[in-house]
Amino acid sequence: MTEAAIEIENLTKDYPYGFLQLKKKRSLEGLTMQVQTGEVFGFLGPNGAGKSTTIKLLMRLIFPTAGTARILGKPISDIAMHRRIGYLPEQPYFYDYLTAAEVLDYFARFHDFSAEERRARVERTLKKVGLETAGRIQLRKYSKGMLQRVGLAQAILHDPEVVVLDEPMSGLDPVGRREVRDIILELKKQGKTVLFSTHILSDAEMLCDRVGVIVGGKLQGVGAPGELVGMKAQGMEILFEVAGGEEIPEVKNNLLALSARTGDRYRLQVEESALYTAIEELKAAGARILSVTQVKPSLEEYFMHLVATDRAQAAAVEVSAK
Amino acid sequence: MTRVGVVALNTFREAVRDRVLYNLVFFALVMMAAAILVGQISIGIEQIVIISLGLSAISIIGLLIAVFIGVGLVSKEIDKRTLYALLAKPLRRWEFLAGKFAGLVLTLTVNTAAMAAGLFLALYYVKHSLQRADLVVLVAVYFILLKLALVVALAMLFSCFTSPLLAILFTAGLYVAGLFVHAMRGLQGGLMSPALAAVLRAVSYVLPNFENFDVMGAAAHGRAIPGALIAQNTAYAALYCALTLGVAAAIFSQRNLK
Repeated sequence: MTEAAIEIENLTKDYPYGFLQLKKKRSLEGLTMQVQTGEVFGFLGPNGAGKSTTIKLLMRLIFPTAGTARILGKPISDIAMHRRIGYLPEQPYFYDYLTAAEVLDYFARFHDFSAEERRARVERTLKKVGLETAGRIQLRKYSKGMLQRVGLAQAILHDPEVVVLDEPMSGLDPVGRREVRDIILELKKQGKTVLFSTHILSDAEMLCDRVGVIVGGKLQGVGAPGELVGMKAQGMEILFEVAGGEEIPEVKNNLLALSARTGDRYRLQVEESALYTAIEELKAAGARILSVTQVKPSLEEYFMHLVATDRAQAAAVEVSAK
Repeated sequence: MTRVGVVALNTFREAVRDRVLYNLVFFALVMMAAAILVGQISIGIEQIVIISLGLSAISIIGLLIAVFIGVGLVSKEIDKRTLYALLAKPLRRWEFLAGKFAGLVLTLTVNTAAMAAGLFLALYYVKHSLQRADLVVLVAVYFILLKLALVVALAMLFSCFTSPLLAILFTAGLYVAGLFVHAMRGLQGGLMSPALAAVLRAVSYVLPNFENFDVMGAAAHGRAIPGALIAQNTAYAALYCALTLGVAAAIFSQRNLK
């Protein structure tokens, strides 16, 4: 059995508010979960769900009201353990009077690398995040996406065993997102543990071994994306086209009317038991079958269901309080 | 290099790149104008005027930097969230504070040393020579530097738990109050209730005593400053800074960075 790289137990965070700070808002409630060594774990949730709160607690930027957390078997207060982890804050910002190379050199100094090793690491990491030509420009001239890359660079500069990324795709264009995905996959290949938060579900589905969904400060589910949403297929989808883009005049059961058309292609969703009948009918009507795929509920549907349930519960609590 | 040193050097680099040292140009202009003017209108008191003016300018410019940049050392890092990535590194919060403090004190030292050099140049211009007695000006400059270090520590303490504006007000208020500690200690029961006088006397011992660092009169008149006072002021400033930064670190170590 693999060892847990990150262990979180009953982590709870209340934020005081009001003039005298006597009222409390619970931001995270009794979070218990583990991230296994070598896995890519996606932390999903809508804005304000508690993702960043959890990550900040792990990075000791804020302190828990209750509960504990360990990274690589050490308590998060262990300063030596912080040599072995990398962290990208949400919407990172760095000293804008420095160049990217200077910022990375500055951070590298906390890891006691020699001057030569620092130089080599900075150069290598800038190249990895696609900033090799912009490394000597002051950060005040950087775009949001470029700052995000600097943030990612400082998180992986020292070759950490555990990398925690808070919304790593935020502010990036499609090319940048693809590059970040590639970096995460490369980290996985190297055996690193990656925990990243996101609300972009396609990224999580594409990258993660497991995901945890948090809504309203409570963990709603943890598992492989497929496991989490249920393996039972909701039906079958047939993709077909009609030669020359002609209309099909007669198809039994009005299958064509049930199909969604995109350009020359049609998508038809049917029950699994009716699949072969539908294919036969379409073929008989002159359609060319392009593909047949299983339709499963997506992570997005699962996610939206959880968010809707949480909102309904919150509304019910509000009504009963009145 | 220690982690405190890494933060300190970066703080110094920030001050340099943010053109904090440009104030030296202003100081140089003031000293040049004063030297030329004093040379024309003062007879026999050129030294007093130049030293008083120079030390006052060094003190005021240094105070402005110590208060405004000192308050921003922590609050700016929190506001801009530059601190987030940094604190995830193997760096303790007290080390960050100590580094920031050391970095600004280094900046002030370089700044003050440059201004002191300017002051000596102006002095040489009006007197056409420098004597051994003029070295007392260096002691006065050193005392200003000690005072500035104390102000930086106070500014950092307040910025650890309050807004930048309030931190500036508290630091300035404490500085002004610290200029009157001897008066507070001398208060008699006849002027007010004995209890209040006792409270004020007690408070005066807690307040930073900035009066002790003012030797401008002695420096202007070339009077020697006893070695005991130099040792006492050095020890006082070191102890007060250590205590203040210790309290600041205790507060900052518990602070949630939202």
